[in-house]
Amino acid sequence: MTEQIIIAGSGGQGVMLLGKVLAQAAMLEGRQVTWFPAYGAEVRGGTSYCMVIIADQAIGSPYVTAADTLIVLNLPSLEKFKSRLKTKGLLILNSSLAQMSGEDKTGVWQFPFTDIAINLGNIKVANMVALGCYAAAKNIVKVKNILEVFKSIAPAGNSGILEINQRALAEGQKLNKG
Amino acid sequence: MKIFERCPSLYDVPTHYCPGCGHGIAHRLVAETVDVLGIREKTIGIAPVGCAVVAYDYWNFDCSEAAHGRALAVATAIKRVRPQNIVFTYQGDGDLAAIGTNETIHAANRGENLSVIFINNAVYGMTGGQLAPTSLLGQKTATSVQGRDKLLHGYPLKISEMLALLPGVCYIERVSLHNPQEVLKAKRAVQQAFQNQIDNLGFSLVEILSPCPTYWGLAPQDALEWIKNVMQKEFPLGRIK
Amino acid sequence: MVKTKILLSGNEAIAQGAIQAGCSFYAGYPITPQNELIAYMAKYMPTPPGTEAPRVFIQAESELAAISMVYGASAAGARAMTSSSSPGISLKQEGISYIAGARLPAVIVNIMRGGPGLGNIAPSQADYFQATRGGGHGDYRLIVLAPASVQEAYNLTQTAFDLADKYRTPVMILGDGILGQMMEPVQLSGRKIKTGLVKKWALSGCAGRKPNIVKSFFLREGGLEEFNLKLQANYALIKRKEERYESFFLSDAKIILVAYGSMARIAKSAMYQLRSAGKKVGLLRPVSLWPFPQQPFNRRNSKVKYLVLEMSYGQMVEDVRLAVNGKNTVDFFGRSGGGIPSEEQIIGKVRKIYHENI
Repeated sequence: MTEQIIIAGSGGQGVMLLGKVLAQAAMLEGRQVTWFPAYGAEVRGGTSYCMVIIADQAIGSPYVTAADTLIVLNLPSLEKFKSRLKTKGLLILNSSLAQMSGEDKTGVWQFPFTDIAINLGNIKVANMVALGCYAAAKNIVKVKNILEVFKSIAPAGNSGILEINQRALAEGQKLNKG
Repeated sequence: MKIFERCPSLYDVPTHYCPGCGHGIAHRLVAETVDVLGIREKTIGIAPVGCAVVAYDYWNFDCSEAAHGRALAVATAIKRVRPQNIVFTYQGDGDLAAIGTNETIHAANRGENLSVIFINNAVYGMTGGQLAPTSLLGQKTATSVQGRDKLLHGYPLKISEMLALLPGVCYIERVSLHNPQEVLKAKRAVQQAFQNQIDNLGFSLVEILSPCPTYWGLAPQDALEWIKNVMQKEFPLGRIK
Repeated sequence: MVKTKILLSGNEAIAQGAIQAGCSFYAGYPITPQNELIAYMAKYMPTPPGTEAPRVFIQAESELAAISMVYGASAAGARAMTSSSSPGISLKQEGISYIAGARLPAVIVNIMRGGPGLGNIAPSQADYFQATRGGGHGDYRLIVLAPASVQEAYNLTQTAFDLADKYRTPVMILGDGILGQMMEPVQLSGRKIKTGLVKKWALSGCAGRKPNIVKSFFLREGGLEEFNLKLQANYALIKRKEERYESFFLSDAKIILVAYGSMARIAKSAMYQLRSAGKKVGLLRPVSLWPFPQQPFNRRNSKVKYLVLEMSYGQMVEDVRLAVNGKNTVDFFGRSGGGIPSEEQIIGKVRKIYHENI
């Protein structure tokens, strides 16, 4: 099994964190995993992305040229990366900020992650809604391991942050292409 | 009654310096200070690149070389690793105020607890008498053949006055070796710079105007007169900070 | 003993490895793509004021100052390290030469990026020549170690400190932007922080002994040649003892891929894909780039062909050619300037060159 994922959005949307949480959850499952960031000069704004590979055997290049899954949180990132998705690959799209129009929507899970996050009370957790959606769409990492990672990285003494991320993840899991 | 003796921090060897050079006196001032303060066994000196590169052949305590200009970076690390030791640099005008200006300014600005002996002889000695950052306007050198011209070479760099602006610096004094009275003042200043380090007060620097008869093209006695009559007008003596 | 793995970037793993190896002095200057390393050191190195044997972190004013600080700290007996990326390593060459000349141990990390000049911040392996030929002025070498995973970066950093002290020589960890930035699970070792190594030559104040002098200047006639011969004897010993490499399927391979660092990971997956298609391909991964591993090239059938793969336009390939000394065919494929060769490109290259033979 090899799952190659590109996660992209604008700087500040938390795509790096999304990738790290996913990578750590896969690590807890004893899988081989790499996380590789774009490390350009953009800190806020611009296109930010990272690449995660989860596999059962040793991983060669951590750089993803053809993705099994593309998680996209804004429109410029969609334009930049949609050509990197394999045929029959999975596209998880933040429809609050980007829509696929008139194209083949097979394999596209698009939901308004940003709006869902705003309704939860914190726009910053749109990334974790997307992660929940990914966990629902592909049964590669277990939700219990994602929750473990949340617990290990949440700042001590601020249970509010942990709680809202847990709720965001749960909201994402409920989304179903159906 | 014995009134003069070799100090234990100097080896009993002849130096390689030219007749009338100030380095021999300056080395001795450092050695006397180390002995007066009783710190020979915990002193670490940093020799520069320049005429004094083999100062460790004359000083009887631990020493390191540094790349040209990097003495204060080397000293910074030694002092941080061994805060109980007494660490000083001995640097010429090229080393401290040209190729090593950056290291000098930043060590001073960090307020490193170090003592700096800065030998200003307004010329590059070891390489054959070229223009120094501290050469005087009009001074003829191998690379300012018609004399230092402010339009071509800029002005004599007063790095001590520049460093005095930095809050990390606790003590700066300019002294001279041109007569015995001034040498005694220089000795007091060197001792002050070391005492400041013992007292953990921060960055101390003594600038010593020192004769270079060979590359000034003067007899040794005339070189001393030149410091007195010409050089100290550009570089006034006394406490700067 | 820590049992669980943690997810670290290569930069962080090198920093953590250094601290566990007893590194007590770090000086550096920020440059992409190694900034996580200096940040990790800033966070975890400093000890409380007044500590007897302090652990020191300094953000230096320049690369020149940083490497000279490492020189000073090492002269004072500390295990000392600096890190940078290509343009910064060029600046450090002055100090590296002095460190080699003064017989000081030190660890220098180069997380390579694209060049020449300011180049870009993409991964690259174009500093191989600079690393393995000494890099600065004078007749000297560094031990150069090239990790291919985050775990190995952690392990080899600890080895680097041991080798630096053993041979009193600078050791370079040569990685690239992929290795530095990539996160992978790392198993931390139970290695306790080493302190209080006795270095009789170090500057500590001359109480109870003759003064120690740390220097690289030899004015007396014949003095420098005498010293350089001693250095060469040390290098000969290192060559005999410290060749390191990893190999796969060398015994039956008709084609041997040769690659180091990140490039070797990609070559390895390409090799496995080719082998599952029945092609007799092997892989040789030099871990020490200097000394370059000669041993695995010896006594190999002259029909075996080598394909050297690099993120440069051909640097290590020269050492492979020297190692086979005309006995075998040596081919090359590389990209430089931001392009990372993919498994598919390597497989394509192997099939194209050797179509008839495998």
